[in-house]
Amino acid sequence: MKGILVYAEVESERIHPVAFELLGKAREISEKIGGEVWGIILGHEIRDLAPELIQYGADKVFVYDHPTLREFDVIRYKEILVDFVKKFDPEIFLIGATPLGRSLAPRVAAALGTGLTADCIDLRIDENGDLIQIRPAFTGNILAHIKTKGKPVMATVRYRVMEMPEKDLSRDGEIIEMEIPEIGETGLKVLGKVEERGVNLAEADIIVAGGRGLKSKEDLKMLKELASLLGGVVGVSRPLVDEGWISKDHQIGFSGNTVKPKLYIACGISGSPQHLAGMRDSETIIAINTDPSAPIFRYADYGVVGDLYEVLPKLINGLKNAKRSENR
Amino acid sequence: MEIIVLIKQVPDIEKVRFDAEKGRIDRSSAPAETNPFDLNALEAAIQLKEKFGGSITVLSMGPRQAESSLRDALARGADKAILLTDSRFAGADTLATAYTLAAAIKKLGKFDLIICGEKTVDGDTGQVGPEVAEFLGIPHVAYVSEIREAHRDKLLLVSDMGDKYLVEVKLPALITVTKDLNTPRLPSLRDVLKARKKEIEIWNADTLSDYGDLDGFGVKGSKTTVVKVIVPSEKGRKGIIFRGEDAAERLLEVLREIELVA
Repeated sequence: MKGILVYAEVESERIHPVAFELLGKAREISEKIGGEVWGIILGHEIRDLAPELIQYGADKVFVYDHPTLREFDVIRYKEILVDFVKKFDPEIFLIGATPLGRSLAPRVAAALGTGLTADCIDLRIDENGDLIQIRPAFTGNILAHIKTKGKPVMATVRYRVMEMPEKDLSRDGEIIEMEIPEIGETGLKVLGKVEERGVNLAEADIIVAGGRGLKSKEDLKMLKELASLLGGVVGVSRPLVDEGWISKDHQIGFSGNTVKPKLYIACGISGSPQHLAGMRDSETIIAINTDPSAPIFRYADYGVVGDLYEVLPKLINGLKNAKRSENR
Repeated sequence: MEIIVLIKQVPDIEKVRFDAEKGRIDRSSAPAETNPFDLNALEAAIQLKEKFGGSITVLSMGPRQAESSLRDALARGADKAILLTDSRFAGADTLATAYTLAAAIKKLGKFDLIICGEKTVDGDTGQVGPEVAEFLGIPHVAYVSEIREAHRDKLLLVSDMGDKYLVEVKLPALITVTKDLNTPRLPSLRDVLKARKKEIEIWNADTLSDYGDLDGFGVKGSKTTVVKVIVPSEKGRKGIIFRGEDAAERLLEVLREIELVA
């Protein structure tokens, strides 16, 4: 049986939602090239998560549930995935382009001697039935279309670029408990989480972001206030993290988070290529900047040429008034 | 401690011109530089050498011009530099690149640690490091943002996977590092001058023939092909600009329109 395999990452006792998006894409691909959609999930006490993969589109889910898989040991995980691929021979293997996925997938690909395309933003089947993998390169300035010789065709895929399929509670599928292959000493010991990220920008729908245009750390409060009025979170460009004003988990850009919110408000951000690489795909972009020639305006749906210290307080007040009249 | 640092020369991304109409990348206006993340990798190596002694070898694959990046690394504190350059290495995807680098590392012999940047600014893949580790059969830790403890036989690291994890890894191992790890120091003029006289070893495919299969290098060893490159014209942004006193009011209307505010 031909199969399209999707890796389901377990993150904080849930399945990372990129896996559901990939299942949706895998279904679409299977309609064109045939075959089943398979999910594979590794971890400890994760059996109960498996049905969700079926509800999102898997025909079969392969479960590796074992105490030694509780923490992400890249070698242990790799051994299992390689063992699975050798036995079941999937045509395509899709993995979310999360930090975990981007650390794990290359090891698997190298062990299998197959090609791997990183951080895809689109997947298409061409007229020959081959998978075309589309990915940004050059800090997001170009899109490369890539084909793979041999199989499995492996790709890591960015979160929130594929459509989230509808969950179907009545969908049928098979859950298969797998034996753990014998794995020796790996040289790695994951001793646990030392710091929880304060904010998950990748999942935010609304981001209010600040850059060099902010004069002091205190002024971040203004952004926080605007973000909370809109139900969003605060992001920043790299310089503010370098200044030590805010933690790295808030950083957007090439060396920080890549985001795709419904609304991105860039306040005092000029729009360096590195920053743009992290946010240019946002649905709606609003930019506020004093410099009319700032590159960010070329990427903005709406721009205000003006001082954020004048615009933001007015915006905040306006939103507060709107809320008040709403509550009345 | 014997440390190998993997380095790539890349174009200065801010100066590369991307032509959306012709779908072309024009690097001619962009000076070459060392991939910025690799400088953090080198700095980490220098700090470890300061603690444990030993030597640092910088290894790169690329055209002859990449010598300038290796020379810069020598000025910053590397002891030895090797450039893998050969038309038979050209056109390599990440798999073939990693295979070639791994072959060179096998030829170098004994090492304790390989350090590389988390990714490059041109390829953006972040795959070569972990693939090299797999080809060498050693563990790797990606996205290292802090070296908490360093011993001769193991490292205690913080790996930034969104949430941060504490990971202990036995050496020999490979780590990929983020920009948060350190601030790379600049070489002094004296070091720059001294580095000019140092030799950079040039290795080709034949040099590596005992350590890798020639069919594993370059285009031949690559499993992926770029079939097309597109310079995306910006997604049709509205580009509506407000100025003056009532700009904030206009923005409120926009927010109302996109139904974020009642």
